[in-house]
Amino acid sequence: MRYLPLTDNDRQEMLDKIGVSSVDAFFENVPQEARVDGLFDLPNKQSEMAVEKYFQAQSARNIVAGQVPFFIGAGAYRHHVPSTVDYLIQRGEFLTSYTPYQPEITQGTLMALFEFQTQVAAITGMEVANASLYDGSTGCNEAVMMANRVTRRKKAVLSGGLHPQYRDIVECQGRFSDFDVVLSDVDAEGVEDLTQYIADDVSCLVVQNPSFFGHVRDLSKLAEAAHEKGVLLVVVFSEVVSLGAIKSPGEMGADIVVGEGQSIGNSLNFGGPYLGLFATKQKYIRQMPGRVCGETKDKDGKRGFVLTLSTREQHIRREKATSNICTNAGLCATAFTIHMTLLGEKGFKQLAKINHAKAVQLSEKLTKLEGVELVNETFFNEFTIRLSKPAAEVVDMLADQEILAGVPVSRFYDDQKDLLLVAATETCSEQDMDKFVTALGGLLS
Amino acid sequence: MSSWSQSLSNFEEGAVANDFATFTGNKALELEESLIFEKPDAFNQTGVDFDDAPEISGDKLGGINREGQIGLAGLSEPETIRHYTRLSRMNYAIDMGFYPLGSCTMKHNPRLNERVARLPGMADVHPLQPVKTAQGALQVIYDLHEWLVELTGLPAIAMSPAAGAHGELCGMMAIRSALEAKGDKREIVLVPESAHGTNPATAALCGYKIQSIPCDEFGRVELGAFKEALNDRVAALMLTNPNTCGLFETDILEISKELKKVGAFFYCDGANFNAIVGRVRPGDLGIDCMHMNLHKTFSTPHGGGGPGSGPVTLSAELAPYAPVPIVVKNGDQLDLIEHVGETKSFGRMKGFHGQMGMFVRALSYMMSHGADGLRQVAEDAVLNANYVLASLKDVMSPAYEGSCMHECLFDDKFLKDTGVSTLDFSKAMIDEGYHPMTMYFPLVVHGAMLIEPTETESKEKLDEFIAAMRHLAEKAKAGETDFFAQAPVYSPRRRLDETLAARQPVLRWSKDS
Amino acid sequence: MLKFSKDHEWVEVDGDVATVGITQYAADALGDVVFVEVPEAGATFSQGDDAAVVESVKAASEVYAPLSGEVTEGNQVLADNPGMVNEDPLGEGWFFKLKVSDAAELEEMMDEDAYNEFIADL
Repeated sequence: MRYLPLTDNDRQEMLDKIGVSSVDAFFENVPQEARVDGLFDLPNKQSEMAVEKYFQAQSARNIVAGQVPFFIGAGAYRHHVPSTVDYLIQRGEFLTSYTPYQPEITQGTLMALFEFQTQVAAITGMEVANASLYDGSTGCNEAVMMANRVTRRKKAVLSGGLHPQYRDIVECQGRFSDFDVVLSDVDAEGVEDLTQYIADDVSCLVVQNPSFFGHVRDLSKLAEAAHEKGVLLVVVFSEVVSLGAIKSPGEMGADIVVGEGQSIGNSLNFGGPYLGLFATKQKYIRQMPGRVCGETKDKDGKRGFVLTLSTREQHIRREKATSNICTNAGLCATAFTIHMTLLGEKGFKQLAKINHAKAVQLSEKLTKLEGVELVNETFFNEFTIRLSKPAAEVVDMLADQEILAGVPVSRFYDDQKDLLLVAATETCSEQDMDKFVTALGGLLS
Repeated sequence: MSSWSQSLSNFEEGAVANDFATFTGNKALELEESLIFEKPDAFNQTGVDFDDAPEISGDKLGGINREGQIGLAGLSEPETIRHYTRLSRMNYAIDMGFYPLGSCTMKHNPRLNERVARLPGMADVHPLQPVKTAQGALQVIYDLHEWLVELTGLPAIAMSPAAGAHGELCGMMAIRSALEAKGDKREIVLVPESAHGTNPATAALCGYKIQSIPCDEFGRVELGAFKEALNDRVAALMLTNPNTCGLFETDILEISKELKKVGAFFYCDGANFNAIVGRVRPGDLGIDCMHMNLHKTFSTPHGGGGPGSGPVTLSAELAPYAPVPIVVKNGDQLDLIEHVGETKSFGRMKGFHGQMGMFVRALSYMMSHGADGLRQVAEDAVLNANYVLASLKDVMSPAYEGSCMHECLFDDKFLKDTGVSTLDFSKAMIDEGYHPMTMYFPLVVHGAMLIEPTETESKEKLDEFIAAMRHLAEKAKAGETDFFAQAPVYSPRRRLDETLAARQPVLRWSKDS
Repeated sequence: MLKFSKDHEWVEVDGDVATVGITQYAADALGDVVFVEVPEAGATFSQGDDAAVVESVKAASEVYAPLSGEVTEGNQVLADNPGMVNEDPLGEGWFFKLKVSDAAELEEMMDEDAYNEFIADL
């Protein structure tokens, strides 16, 4: 087998050295009735070519986002990732290294993480960031639990504009970790006022901006009102590129900012792996979940980096840890950092500008159609439209024409049948938009 | 003493630096590198070209546009490649050498897996495309599920957990749901003191109190103490098997029987599944629930700390409570159950459908090995660990007598009175070109050194490693404490001041720093 | 009057106010202390409650209230200079002061000789 370097001769020599006649000797502590003597009911080994063929065949059964007019978002966005990013993260020194627990020989990963933390803090407008969490959805859950610890309260209020799966995850965690979760009504119109929920027993308000339905709002007043009652404001984003165009959550008074970083450096990957971004204020760092990289000096006085504040983490604090997280999204974070470095300040802002302009352009084309109504007054690169026919059916029929039109809101909220979420990024050409608009027009007329 | 080590023992701090100091601070291939934020003109650079944005009559941002400097540094494309290439060269990696990090299973990462994960129909597919346009992606999840079912001997797998600890949480949530469905409120989870820290952290996150179970002199669960702790308030035992000392839990069938007697569940931490994959079915051991780290046993790359993937195998009793989403077969079509609806599912714990990119790599790895290859994986992993144990037991001190599974554990008795600690010893390995073993874990052994060679090391590489370890052990016993205290001296950085880092945390670059 | 607990805390009582800290033995066992969180004035504890947190690079520990009472002052110096716990655990490195509500609890604590005997056996 090509991944196993031992030869039969090696094996025999090794057994002789150990002084046993067969490897079975090492499995003697396994109860006899639990040993499987024969082979499992699975195919035997296959060549590289054969395995590749299987995946090519499965790959061919999917519609590839980049090969059709494509307008799906709802928490995962298709952007162009420069070829440099994928080349660099495939270097074995990044790809096949472990968590940097031996800092002397993992300064590469650590420096990239320090750059990552700096970038995340900058774009969110916060003081500090951690070295990543699994993704935005689980990160949101961690943010709520952190707010509960900071405030020593046990009730979180989730906006009706928060991604429905993020809501589900927090609600689920609340049942097991014994905290209350208040779900504000689904807010497709972008009109909710969460101030009504602010109270002495509430740990945090969790608000997504732009919201799941695309609405962009200034949360400064909400932050002020929350802080008056000792309530934290958790600001969530599912499209990190939006931070290049919209006032940062930090400037609006957020206490914790958490979101999905997939858009920068990472592919759609049918939902994972993605990248959880997490930022907060310096004064809360000891309540922050996840790993964090910090600056220090080595024995010769040279600057170096280490994982630090690890007494918050499970391997030291065990049941009192701030989170049970161990492995996070290291390589996705490295990809993010490299892509962000290629963009720089100028590129990131320009990327955001193009995204927004594309979405405005698409919205204008769509709303010219009979049977399409734009729900949003504000949006970044994704908006909600109301259709004269059920959105799920429309999306289904457009898929038959190889147009991936967006996400019917009914996929999440069964009763919202006429709403369609539509996203446009820099990857959407005007021809793609026109194909979509023409086809949609045909279906609605 | 060889001349090489003599020259090192004469090494005085600064001596080399003064005599041969370079103008740049570089040392030939060893290149110093600053942070991107410190590069000349970094805040004005970019490495991408964009078309102009389409003309629009006005924006729709509601007047809350981002103003002012964000603080992002940029580099041109060639400088970006140089910067991150230079950083990468400050990392140790499996691709460079032996990485015997116990309990982490640092095995070879085949590049075929990277290639197939990047096929457009795998990487460039949106999780919310209509399911009929993603049948191939769902097929991969379904097929991986079937492989894992066969390998574990349990009927269902929850696929969505993002890593091992997330898988633990999934399993414990399923257990609590199954108990509560019977109106059975329990409050205690038993965790052996040798457990990974994630186990107690997870149980606490799931609302349980943790009761610690001691280990016997062989590092295994102390059966008497376990039985004493067991009663009808116990929801589950979380046990790693093979355990964190690298030993199979001999009494495992009795443990599972005792748990069943009081109506408690058996959670197995499958971090060490590599030792038994293809030879032992966890289901045959009476396990109700076990997570698997695809990034360990099934060789998806560790990537400097993730991403991972932690599918959880569930018994028939726990299966109905598995979290959404669930891939199901309806005739010829695959479909996704994304909502709890009428099911008994305990809910959702991750957005979308799990770590698809890791599923592709893991399935590619499993298909490459097949049933025969996977069995060989476990056998060679165990053989390699026992070979290292047998070759070092006379100069180092094995924590336990007898053979081990896929990793061998030493304590620091052989360093007693040498003035060399486990930490010093590990750091000396760095200078010899090795990544240190896991140190000071498990906690039940004094000065623990846990060595996991994995099956992808050749005998020649093991022999080189063994020779280096024997040399170091003898050097320590010969009292060359300074050699160890100074180590490492040849790494990009020497020992770092962790106290300074923690006392005054600097977690980001800033202009004033 | 200096008294010690089995959890390696010391108290020094002056009138009805007790100053609380951790012992030299505990400070040495922890290693370089990097962070201390002390309770705020006004917090009330029963004997054995978690009252403060002390962390080194590799270990974290709760400091229990050795006596019941109301906190009158936390040692703010430790926030900026946690290393004081290593430098002077029985002096400047004190954690908090407590208005004792049950003086009888003091009787259960060890005197210096008893504590030294206690740690010699560890």
